[in-house]
Amino acid sequence: MTQKSKKLKIALVGNPNTGKTSLFNELTGLNQKVGNYPGVTVDKKLGIFNFEEVHVNITDLPGTYSINPSSKDEGVVINTLLNEDGSSFPDLVVVVAEIENLKRNLFLFTQIRDLGFPVILAVNMIDRIDKKGIQVDREGLEAELGTPIIWLSARKKIGIDTLKKTIISAIEPAPSQFDKLSQRISPKFFNTLNEIATELNLNLYQSWLLLTQRNYVEIPSFRKQIIRLEDVEEGYDVKSFQRKETILRYKEINDLLKKYYRIDFNQGTGLRAKFDQLLTHKVFGYVIFLLILFVIFQSVFDIASYPMDAIDGFFANLSAKTEASLPPGPLTELISEGLIPGIGGVVIFIPQIAILFFFLGILEETGYMSRVVFLMDKVMRKFGMSGKSVIPLVSGTACAIPAVMASRNINDWKERLITILVTPLTTCSARLPVYAILIALVIPDIRVGGVFGLQGLVLTGLYVLGFLMAIIGAIILNKVLKIKSKNFFIIEMPTYKWPSIKNLGFEVYEKTKSFVLGAGKIILALSIVLWFLASNGSTEYQQADVDFPEIYSGTGDFDQELSSYKLEKSYVGQIGKGIEPVLEPLGYDWKIGIAIVTSFAAREVFVSTLATIYSVGDSDDEVATIKDRMMDEVNPETGTSRFNLATGMSLMLFYAFAMQCMGTLAVVKKETKSWYWPITQFIVMGLLAYVSALIAYQILS
Amino acid sequence: MLHLYNLKSFLIKVHTIADLTIGEQGVIESFSFDEVPLQLLEMGCYPGKEVELIQIAPLNDPLYIRVNDSHIAIRRDTAEHIILAKRLCDDTEI
Repeated sequence: MTQKSKKLKIALVGNPNTGKTSLFNELTGLNQKVGNYPGVTVDKKLGIFNFEEVHVNITDLPGTYSINPSSKDEGVVINTLLNEDGSSFPDLVVVVAEIENLKRNLFLFTQIRDLGFPVILAVNMIDRIDKKGIQVDREGLEAELGTPIIWLSARKKIGIDTLKKTIISAIEPAPSQFDKLSQRISPKFFNTLNEIATELNLNLYQSWLLLTQRNYVEIPSFRKQIIRLEDVEEGYDVKSFQRKETILRYKEINDLLKKYYRIDFNQGTGLRAKFDQLLTHKVFGYVIFLLILFVIFQSVFDIASYPMDAIDGFFANLSAKTEASLPPGPLTELISEGLIPGIGGVVIFIPQIAILFFFLGILEETGYMSRVVFLMDKVMRKFGMSGKSVIPLVSGTACAIPAVMASRNINDWKERLITILVTPLTTCSARLPVYAILIALVIPDIRVGGVFGLQGLVLTGLYVLGFLMAIIGAIILNKVLKIKSKNFFIIEMPTYKWPSIKNLGFEVYEKTKSFVLGAGKIILALSIVLWFLASNGSTEYQQADVDFPEIYSGTGDFDQELSSYKLEKSYVGQIGKGIEPVLEPLGYDWKIGIAIVTSFAAREVFVSTLATIYSVGDSDDEVATIKDRMMDEVNPETGTSRFNLATGMSLMLFYAFAMQCMGTLAVVKKETKSWYWPITQFIVMGLLAYVSALIAYQILS
Repeated sequence: MLHLYNLKSFLIKVHTIADLTIGEQGVIESFSFDEVPLQLLEMGCYPGKEVELIQIAPLNDPLYIRVNDSHIAIRRDTAEHIILAKRLCDDTEI
């Protein structure tokens, strides 16, 4: 950095669906990272760019329609913009608007302006102006709003440099209009408020927000101010003041736009209307939705299976080569039997997760998800949920953790709680590898009717089962839970857009990365711990080399028998043996028992656990994939393969229903603010899993 | 409470967004909520604004409307609390 370089902190604020993310990607390129806001689980997106020797830090705040939060997620916006000592407190705010919804976007703009920030209004999707029949006078608006307006098309890369230039050009804050506006609501109230605000060194709008949004403000230094402000409320209907404020803001905007902006809704809406008619049609709407889900799940299984087989083979090879080329000893064993299969168990997920996130991203980006919400709301309400529950339930197929968080935009608490509680029953991607390997082992690879693979159908069946259980669970919860509903629901129906490949790419990359790193740490740590527990043990284990030849029955390969004897006597073997009686009725032996125990950290550990256990127990040096090793596993009582149809189905049902994910339990605790719900969820789902696995095994065997 | 409103709307024939047919327009006159949801106003839905019913979801609920240039979906029971003016006036913008 040169001495001349200046630093600037800016924030991007805007309604959802304005292309704010596209703009952020365009401004920062690859110079971005995802962090966390303290206490909130929403992603904090940070980025940088350098322009004419100015170093600019950007925070991309979550999309919101108003600075008044209606959820904790949106609370991030107000907390960032009020906290002058915060690390992301901006020198300047860019309000991202969209030309077609300029009116509603300007509503948020006036709020940000009244906070006293220098503001740039970046109007996106300007390339659609003619198609949508819009006439607008930019200079006129600019002069009257007293703020620079930039015409932009983030996707077509129009106006990006102009925006950068304006960002670094030291803009003056536009004067706050709130003092004037508040005089039209209640002069007496706001004059008193203003006196205190001046005393506290705040502007009037800041103090008004602190007062009305105090439940969302999480800035410790403001505690005292808020207590001070609360006295003013006495005898006034503050909520009606908020409503008046909202309408007055719109009035100001309407007057302004009447002069400078005209939109012909008959133009360019033909296509939108046709799409709406088709996608929300009483028959085709549902058929299309089911077809889309089917395509997603089929491709997750079919397309992903090729890279997954390759990854599986690669790691088996790597493991064997490492063992052959390094000098024998405990360290080599740790690497070849603990670390490498452990890492392989993480990497193998990447194709499936990436494909899922890719499809879910398309559904969001095109605006289709809102139509699904619209289509499903009445149906979901019969089960005590909301149309918005569809988003958590569908994204639960990727991972329940972000899905539980996605339930936040459900306004009604009862609907939201039910959604949170049943979402973990949908088939998340961590169950996929478990299903994938079990299906490959116990379901024959044949085609039904020459089109659909039987294996794919079984997998689809498991997805359907997950949804079905979620619905049944919701129906029961709806009957059991005695919570009063306030039943308010509102959702924007955005215009249809082509998905941007660049945005999708970023999203898939970021989400897959954070998933793999998050799960990866657990898997890797557990793999190493497991390997240690599997290759150490008490006296019986240490004496095995001496004792075993005496009890060796003479049948079977000596080395093989010795290794499995040692595994049985190791620490992990003892744990598995301990729980075997409970699991035996389900058709599991102590080795599977170990995998189930470790799976309570995270389900995906199942495969890597078995990989570690079987490779420790395996004496040959040949290259074997996890699948081969599982196939070779024999049930000593029957002499047939351990993984037969009965065990396989029983295991799949167990994994379908059991709450084996610490991350989800933690996020449920966070979202419900109580240990009661995650603990209940854990117990009820565990019982359901045990009973259904028991029934399946007893019938099939 | 809800029943009371239904009764009221039956007796004095209050015209609400829920009574519109697809493609029909109206002008919001008032609300009959116990407490008007702020979010509804923030999306641009308030008295004086013109509303058009664009779509009704398959099971007759929710309703997809355009109000004050915003395209939003609301539930039928919310729509029933948004009372429309009897006659369609063209120049009632505030």
